[in-house]
Parts: sequence; C-alpha cells; structure tokens
Amino acid sequence: MAQPGRKGDDFAVKARVMESDDIRRALTRIAHEIVEANKGTDDLVIVGIRTRGAPLADRIAADIASFEGVDLPSGALDVSLYRDDVGLRGPRNLEATTVPADLDGRVVVLVDDVLFTGRTIRAAFEAILDLGRPKAIKLAVLVDRGHRELPIRADHVGKNLPTSSGEDVRVHLTEIDGEDAVLIGRKDGGVG
Amino acid sequence: MFKHLLSMDQLSADDITRVLDTAESLRQVTDRPIKKLPTLRGRTVCNLFYEASTRTRISFELAAKRLSADVINFSADSKSSVAKGESFKDTAWTLEAMGVDAIVVRHGSSGAPLQLSRWVKASVLNAGDGWHEHPTQALLDIFSIREHFKDLSGLNVAIAGDVLHSRVARSNVKGLVTMGANVVLVGPPTLIPIQARSWGAEISYDLDSVIEDVDVCYLLRVQKERATEQLFPSNREYAANWGLDSRRVAKMKPDALVMHPGPMNRGVEISADVSELPRSIVLDQVSNGLAIRMSLLYLMLGGAEEGDVS
Repeated sequence: MAQPGRKGDDFAVKARVMESDDIRRALTRIAHEIVEANKGTDDLVIVGIRTRGAPLADRIAADIASFEGVDLPSGALDVSLYRDDVGLRGPRNLEATTVPADLDGRVVVLVDDVLFTGRTIRAAFEAILDLGRPKAIKLAVLVDRGHRELPIRADHVGKNLPTSSGEDVRVHLTEIDGEDAVLIGRKDGGVG
Repeated sequence: MFKHLLSMDQLSADDITRVLDTAESLRQVTDRPIKKLPTLRGRTVCNLFYEASTRTRISFELAAKRLSADVINFSADSKSSVAKGESFKDTAWTLEAMGVDAIVVRHGSSGAPLQLSRWVKASVLNAGDGWHEHPTQALLDIFSIREHFKDLSGLNVAIAGDVLHSRVARSNVKGLVTMGANVVLVGPPTLIPIQARSWGAEISYDLDSVIEDVDVCYLLRVQKERATEQLFPSNREYAANWGLDSRRVAKMKPDALVMHPGPMNRGVEISADVSELPRSIVLDQVSNGLAIRMSLLYLMLGGAEEGDVS
C-alpha cells in the first residue's frame, strides 16, 4: 500500500527550497495574516486538507492560540470522496474527517501544503458545503507552485514557487515524514 | 483492489482490514445532515435478485444512492421477464447492454455470481448464492465484532444452528478464520456438514458445553424454505437444545455478544427476551451493513479501469 498522499517513488530531489525554520516563519506569518484579515479570531475555524494540510492547520491554530490567547477550533478534511478523478486512479485510503460540528456562519480557513491545479481545493469546497454553510471560505497554502486548471487562488501563501510541469514539489512534515522541508524535484517519466 | 466479490476465499486479512477501515470512514457520513457523497456520480448499480430479500437489497440500494450512483432493482418475480422464460444469461446480457457498472446478485443456485462474472464486463457482487456464500454479510459481521473487541485474533466465536443450509456460516467461517478467530460450529448433527472440519472450524453438538467460553454467539436462522426434509423433530426441541434463551445467556461471559443475520425466528433459534438484550447487536449489524456496502462499492467502482494505481 502506498504511503498516504504519495504518488509513487518516481521523484528525484533537485533542491531543498525551504528548511524547518523557513516553514515555521512562513506559518507564523500566515497565522498573523489570517487574524488580521479576519479582524480578530471571531468565527474562525482552521481546517486542514488531508494528508499534509492537517498538521499544518493544527500548527497555524496553535500559533494563533498562543499570540491571541484563544482556543481556536481546528479540524481535518478528507476530500477523497469528492475528487473529480475517482475512477481514473486507484481508490484512495480514506482517513477520518474531523471538522468542528457547526460550520454555519463561520469563516473556514482551508489549509493545504501545495496549491497546484486547484482540483483538490474544488473538492474541498464541495466537502465543506456538505457539512454546513460557512459565511466565507478562505485558503492558506504553504507553497503555491502555479499551473492552475481552475479559477482558484490562495488568500495566504507561504512561498510562491514557480515550477515547470515536469517538476514536482514535495512537502515533508515532522508529524508524517520525520522532518520539515520543502523539496523540488523532477518526475522521472511522470506526466504533469 | 478487486473487480468482483464472489467469495470470502479471495480476501486476505489485509484486504478485509482495508474494507473495514474504509467502512469506518464512510460511516461518519451517516451521522451528518447531508448523507450523500458525489463519489460514484454517473455509475449505475443493478440489484439482480432471484430470491427474496429485504435488508440486503435495501442496504445495497441505499449504499449506492449514498454514493450518488444510479440504482436499478430487478426482482425475478411474476412481473419480470424471468416469468416469461428469459434465461439468466439473457437477463445478464440485457443488463450489460444497458451499461451497468456493477451487478449485485442474489440467486438460489450456488455459483451463479461466478457464472455471471464470466458473462459481463461489470463488477459482480455476491449478495448470497444458494448454500455457498454471502460475503458482504460476513464482512459486516466481522466489522461489528471488531467494533467491540478491536482485534479478532484469539476471539472465540460460536456459530450455532443450521450450518448445512447457511451461506452466512460458510462466509463467516472463512472470514473469521482469516482474521485469526477460533470458530466453533454448533448444532444438531443433521445440520452440520461433515466436511466442516476442513474449513478450519471446530465442531460441537452441544451448545451448553461451549457457551461459557465464547466471546460471540452467532445464531443462524432456521431456514424453513431450504430444508426439504425433517432435520430436527420440532421447533420446540430445537429451541431447547440449540436455541439461545436467558438461561444460556446467564452462563455467557459478561462482555460476550449475541449476533444474528436476520430475519429472526423468535422462540426458535433465539428467544424474544434475548434478542432485545444490550449484548444483542442485531441492529448494529444492519447499520454496519450499509457502511460495508458503501466501502465495497467505493473500492470496487472508485478505482481505475485497468490495474490498480494505489
């Protein structure tokens, strides 16, 4: 069985573009931006998209909690059942969706590791709207690598990383991969 | 993962665990206001039933609908083309021509789903074939047991009653043995097939001698419609020797479960008061069946056409 969120081992590392400290600083800045844009923490819910958005959401929520002194609801969303490529690839292993019960009237900040085609985010919109009717949905990502296929943009970006379609971006997080790093590499024979 | 589900023989312990874990995630959907997922939009599932069924057919229908698949129900009764003499093969080809993606089949003849899988391109799910197997029932039973005991290995499970005519027993023995449970089949000698030892289960003809040791007492329905000869003297004698009543329940371990695949013959294999005890998880079995069938449809239809990319 493949590791969650990993597409296979056709990845040859070219460069490390973010280290642990860079990731920490980027997340701290995003946390402050979220609170500033929201004019406080009222109604905020931070929801990470599984697999690697989930620990990022927890870190952002903990950051906000530490400097605002409030306990912020956070959760994780598995969007596998909402994807538009069901049937085009093997069935994904499902993980639990743990979203605070009531999203009605809240501001949901979706968190993901890499923003690429935008299709995952589209699936996340649908998943969120099946759970409730938030006042607004915002998007925060650690890395925006471009190549959008849908009209979607992030509200908060850790790092803009221009890539070619033959390249791949991998985010490693301590909670899952044992280290914090953002890697850029070449896909060997893979398709964009 | 697998194209057809015909028998528990084809599933390894890892396969069963994956079906159960997926069902666990899908069950969350049942607890929220919007219970529908868009996952199988545009797919069509046909329920092809040559035998009576309430819970299995409804459960499959609801599972498919919860995943947004379209559902066709075909019952081979007096109102269908089968009454006009259409063969099984012609019915299968008719469904194929309409473009169904999965056929859920229940048939009185053992092996009918296997035969069907050779005729059509759609995925075939066995919803019970003759005396052979009922794999989705076994999966939902194993799921229900795992809910209570976390791990099945080393658990003592008694399957009591009409093992001879029971496809539920055959599928459950295979699945439970694969998951490491110790299975003992209990019933009158006329209803325990002699080859049952080769399935990896123990055999006992005396429920009282095993009841104290079991973690799960699984009662089979006395199948009046399948028994063509007199295999036990009377319902009353059956109940006295092999039925579960409060006197026997009193001897069970405090956390041991009572299970039944339904529909129950109250007063025969299970007494009315026992069926309503908290340790009787018959209704959990029914609701878990929905999650298991959603899991199977997702894993079988949600995958790539050729090969498995995961």
